[in-house]
Amino acid sequence: MNVTVAQDRIEATGAPSRGRKLVVIGNGMAGCRAVEEILARDGTRFDVTIFGAEPRVNYNRIMLSPVLAGEKTFEEIVINGQDWYDDNEIQLISGDPVVGIDRAQKHVVTRSGRIENYDTLLIATGSDPFIIPVPGKDLDGVFTFRDLDDVDKMLAAAEMGGSAVVIGGGLLGLEAAHGLSLRGMDVTVIHLMPTLMERQLDEAAGYLLKAELESRGQTILTSANTKEIVGKDGKVSAVLLEDGTEVPADIVVMAAGIRPSTGLAKEAGLDVERGILVDDHMVTSDPDVLAVGECVQHRGLCYGLVAPLWEMCRSLADYATDSPTGYGGSVTSTKLKVSGIDLFSAGDFSGGDDAEDIVLRDASRGVYKRVVVKDNRIVGAVLYGDTADGNWYFDLLRKQEDVSDIREALIFGQAFASGGAALDPSAAVASLSEDAEICGCNGVSKGQVVACIDGGAHSLDAVRSTCKASASCGSCTGLVESLLALTLGADAVDSGPKTMCKCTSFTHDDVRGLIVEKELKVIPQVMQELHWTTPDGCSSCRPALNYYLLCAWPGEYVDDEKSRFVNERLHANIQKDGTYSVVPRMWGGVTSPKELRAIADVVEKYEARMVKVTGGQRLDIFGIRKEDLPHVWGDLNAAGMVSGHAYGKALRTVKTCVGSEWCRFGTQDSTGLGIQIEKMTWGSYMPHKFKIAVSGCPRNCAEATIKDFGVVCVDSGYELHVGGNGGIHVRATDLLCKVETEKEAMDVCAGFIQLYREDARYLERTAPWVERKGLDWLKAALFEDPQTVKTLAARFRYSQKFWQDDPWEKRAGGHNEKLHQHLAEVRPLALEKA
Amino acid sequence: MPKINDVGTWLDIGPATQIDPGTARTIPVQGGDEIAVFHTMRGEFYALVNKCPHKQGPLSEGIIHGDSVSCPLHNWRISLRSGEAQGDDVGCTPTIPMKVDGGRLFLLREAVIPAPKAA
Repeated sequence: MNVTVAQDRIEATGAPSRGRKLVVIGNGMAGCRAVEEILARDGTRFDVTIFGAEPRVNYNRIMLSPVLAGEKTFEEIVINGQDWYDDNEIQLISGDPVVGIDRAQKHVVTRSGRIENYDTLLIATGSDPFIIPVPGKDLDGVFTFRDLDDVDKMLAAAEMGGSAVVIGGGLLGLEAAHGLSLRGMDVTVIHLMPTLMERQLDEAAGYLLKAELESRGQTILTSANTKEIVGKDGKVSAVLLEDGTEVPADIVVMAAGIRPSTGLAKEAGLDVERGILVDDHMVTSDPDVLAVGECVQHRGLCYGLVAPLWEMCRSLADYATDSPTGYGGSVTSTKLKVSGIDLFSAGDFSGGDDAEDIVLRDASRGVYKRVVVKDNRIVGAVLYGDTADGNWYFDLLRKQEDVSDIREALIFGQAFASGGAALDPSAAVASLSEDAEICGCNGVSKGQVVACIDGGAHSLDAVRSTCKASASCGSCTGLVESLLALTLGADAVDSGPKTMCKCTSFTHDDVRGLIVEKELKVIPQVMQELHWTTPDGCSSCRPALNYYLLCAWPGEYVDDEKSRFVNERLHANIQKDGTYSVVPRMWGGVTSPKELRAIADVVEKYEARMVKVTGGQRLDIFGIRKEDLPHVWGDLNAAGMVSGHAYGKALRTVKTCVGSEWCRFGTQDSTGLGIQIEKMTWGSYMPHKFKIAVSGCPRNCAEATIKDFGVVCVDSGYELHVGGNGGIHVRATDLLCKVETEKEAMDVCAGFIQLYREDARYLERTAPWVERKGLDWLKAALFEDPQTVKTLAARFRYSQKFWQDDPWEKRAGGHNEKLHQHLAEVRPLALEKA
Repeated sequence: MPKINDVGTWLDIGPATQIDPGTARTIPVQGGDEIAVFHTMRGEFYALVNKCPHKQGPLSEGIIHGDSVSCPLHNWRISLRSGEAQGDDVGCTPTIPMKVDGGRLFLLREAVIPAPKAA
């Protein structure tokens, strides 16, 4: 270090002075912008010296992503070239970072020992990348994505090809991933949260983004927690996740977030919390020290985006030139800089009591828009696929303009909302020409739809089946409904079958059909493609969708636990006091001393309050606490017992009588057949609970004729009954058919169950289903083609390969143990001492 | 299980990542009502006393949608923001002010800890 030389240089540049000395730490966007703003107000007030840690002029950091992607060069993202510094007589000291601030002496010291005095100091140190503290974070090949050096290193690495892992699915991480992917690397993004960019996007938009990135060849792992970066010979070789997955990696980019860079300020004794504390004029706890940009904390907030920075710099410059205005905080908006993906998010889109969501989903165009309105003012917006109106919404949001006049058409964007007559949607439809296209999927014009309505199609469903308008993606449903109302008068429209819930205009049957037809495989995809009007559904449609998807895509669909009713989530029945009851499976109602002993032990050990024989010949253990459930299951599993699914929309029990083995009237082995049937059907999920019984003779001791599927053994074989119910509306079964062998009885059972699983509406038991569809329909559906039962039974057995596993076993082994544990426990000291 | 004592204005109840979006978790309070902490699908956090105003059902076990939860016992829909029953039902569950700071969750101490009984 050569202090003397440095001091010489100060003297050489020190005179002639124009005035007060302004020293800026940070040659980034905030520091330079602040100087620009000050110069614009008063070019003679300060002698300016700017210190930059990077050995280059001021450039646009947010454009590093296009540089990485090869869409821009460094020259193109320079904001102020050397000319600017020269013309404004600004001394730029780059590549020699400031390492200390002496507030008493009012000077700063650099790494090389240079000392620079100031009258006013401006700290604009920005932020540092957040390095997640995992083993291997210091290995060769682990990069951050913050400055041009990082980009250069990544580009050099990308030239070798291979695979890259980006940790962090936020704005920065996705932009890094995009760049590396365009540079030819195999990219995997690892994101801790279930939704990409969860701070800017809701689940629906996050889903669309994920699907788009995956279609571009990136691998996106959400809900993935990095455990370790694995190295070989000091260099990165893979990333290991908490769940044991190992993703090979030649380079790893940490883009998990940023932290205000406050080290210098802290050491200098300035007030620092998360960021350097500043007032509305960007003044720190020392009146001679200002701070601006990502390093500051203003009114409790730190910003990591560029727009607030411009506003801060204006306020700072006003203050520094003696015309203080004051900065009041910023409303921010975000755009993702990945070519071909239009994504915009602004304000608060988390809704609220009096907030109203306006959602538009246009699946055929891949558009999702959500505008949140509160007290007639926009408070937030998320746009995906079509962001043309982003700025317009953002403007309305910032100005807090009253949107009640344009409320109806708000979601359609500026052109529509501002277009006078178009404000009334039905007037808009009325004014359409006869040949205007209504349904893009099926090419149906307004004239054709009206003709179809005039021809007698007086409901949405009738229109759909007659001229096919709105029968595919459904995005024109609103238009067709308007046409119905216009043509028939609003009162004359037959509303048709009830929709699944308030979140959709589709019926259960439509949704089921479209899931299969359009190959929809996850809940957010269904909601997007079928134009759900709520962001994440409701407690009525979510469990139904979860069931429809698991039925349609066995082996493929991943069960969504948060869309399950508590009983199915905790594999036990919730009771009125918040405790649970547990029913272990007893095949065909048969038990053993070992099982009875295990149940008795569980009852005592966990202080269960009652054991009761159920109507389906099983034992129900009452009064178990949520925390104890995994242990109860563990103990029952140890005795060889599995879950009875007594809590599920699932096969519950197969009730039997003793049959030919013991009974003097028994004609067949009803107990044995019951056990076989239960072994075939247990674990299967259904639209509703499902009960089976096998009676050994027509005396019907197992009450098989009030079950969903009943077998009555007779001398010549087996009578198979369906659609019985012992519930509120008692219904005796209909006789479906008679078969000669156990094998045939089992096949028909499997075939019938699968037909019910695939056709009935969620929460529709077999009794109302059979009545709705008719026995003739059912017989035809099963037996018209001799192959049908076999095909259905094969589909059922295939699905059973995935669902016939004991949910208790996994939980007893610790899977999802969070569900059973409290987050923490509060023990007030006052009470503890007492 | 971590135990928390009543120190400071805010009670730190641990990292936000402990509660998956769309789920809730519980905090028993010695001498007070159990608290349910909810994480909505859109990433907001709320805390309520874990009792439905109807029949005291554990709201933490309900299905969370938008910013409400449907009680697992009788399907009452409760606003996570206000604790008010929605639709035609009437009743209210106390809310616990909370905040997320630096990735951690905090509950307002005075809303959690029962007032000490006079000796």
